[in-house]
Amino acid sequence: MAQTSAEDLKTTPLFSRHTAAGGRMVPFAGYSLPVQYATGIMGEHNWTRQSAGLFDVSHMGPGFLVLNDPSGDAETDHAAIAGLVEPLVCGDIAGLKPGQIRYTLLLNEAGGIIDDLMIGRSPNLPGSLYIVVNAGTKEGDFSRFAAAVGARAKLTRADDGALLALQGPEAVAVLSAILPGAAEMGFMTYRSFEIDGQTIIASRCGYTGEDGFELLCPADFATTLWDRLTAEPRVKPAGLGARDSLRLEAGLPLYGHDLDETVSPIEAGLGFALSKRRREAADFPGATRILAERESQPNRIRVGLAVEGAPAREGAEILDGAGTPIGVVTSGGFAPTLGKAIAMGFVPPGKALPGTRLQVSVRSRAQPAEVVPTPFVPHRYFRKTQAS
Amino acid sequence: MTTKFTPDHEYVRVEGSTGIVGITPFAQEQLGDIVFVELPAVGKVLKKGDEAAVVESVKAASEIYAPVSGTVTEVNEALSGEPGLINQDPTAGGWMFKLAISDASELDGLLDEAGYAEMTK
Repeated sequence: MAQTSAEDLKTTPLFSRHTAAGGRMVPFAGYSLPVQYATGIMGEHNWTRQSAGLFDVSHMGPGFLVLNDPSGDAETDHAAIAGLVEPLVCGDIAGLKPGQIRYTLLLNEAGGIIDDLMIGRSPNLPGSLYIVVNAGTKEGDFSRFAAAVGARAKLTRADDGALLALQGPEAVAVLSAILPGAAEMGFMTYRSFEIDGQTIIASRCGYTGEDGFELLCPADFATTLWDRLTAEPRVKPAGLGARDSLRLEAGLPLYGHDLDETVSPIEAGLGFALSKRRREAADFPGATRILAERESQPNRIRVGLAVEGAPAREGAEILDGAGTPIGVVTSGGFAPTLGKAIAMGFVPPGKALPGTRLQVSVRSRAQPAEVVPTPFVPHRYFRKTQAS
Repeated sequence: MTTKFTPDHEYVRVEGSTGIVGITPFAQEQLGDIVFVELPAVGKVLKKGDEAAVVESVKAASEIYAPVSGTVTEVNEALSGEPGLINQDPTAGGWMFKLAISDASELDGLLDEAGYAEMTK
């Protein structure tokens, strides 16, 4: 019963492949995307954990920032483009090595998170950054970047292409057969590949907790790349449902759910995204609040919860042992890998220690829940052994 | 023995004055893998259309409504340990609860098999 919506939904270059694979299309961030295929969320989730899942994430916002008048000196030009972008985010962009990607946060003056995103430094083009922002926030994000760089750099959106995520322990072997050299890439790096005269930007990252890659390719090459990847028996397409359950198990926050413009990086448990240099300089939006919270304690903190019984979903109240409401679930559901319900939500710091016995209110009934460390399922990112 | 259907995809299989309630194969297919089932208490009095049970898939919770009025006489305890029974065979091993039907005339307002098949075509 795959239904094509009559609404004004955008489609991705892979729409025909989704419907052919039995994709159940749903509206998501203005796009028609598959929540699942014939396999179903559970099967797609488990397949990604044990082999490789292929996701269409073309709704997201990839783009490039390129310095308009580069000097030609790689370090000078990188410092210049980083200097234009850093006032928006809390990460160390200047310190990126060629080809390196960093997870960072766009912040408002109150220290709230406008978006979480990836910023990478071009491996070869001086003064150029690769950014990937979230679908629901991309218009605002791109406006911010364009305004921040002004006439000194050019923002080129790439969300008219296709972005594929190949995730899972078999992703590297599968991709290496199509893009030789992919296996040599380090975690959180990117580079371009030429294949059939087409340029593909491959990033070794993802949002499932598994090793994997995100592949940016031209729209008219998307189905070719999709077909080559899915021709490999180790790869099965996976939809938005599995993407959400995988990232939940990995303890990764989802913008618009676990993160919003009121949540600070410290509250969200994303303090690692504040680089030492930026902290010492206190030169990012909302630094006053964020650094104060880092020194003392925020009012609330994001925790993982192991839930007994029915899944506690977004919006469910978190109660203390006595039944007093102390917070709200921001993401929750069933964890296929663990065979039980898990959730993330915000509670006061005094209730945030792993082992703390809390409750969640599901359909007006209190169920036991315990604070547990995240990730719920260990990350299995690729780590190069440090040779030098 | 007849089976009737609601537009919300519950079935009620009538055996004498007892109605056996579950969700249709179409509904389980739409919901996907069921991971948790909440059943009514035995003895609970339900009016037609009352929320009687909840089935949870990975993605969402869905309410199951009483297709007719009655008193819950038995629930399928096997579902608490094995909610996937609803996916495997929703009309047999995946039944959810039994009702002592209080007003058999309500059955007339439900869809018959042909009508339900037409609706889900």
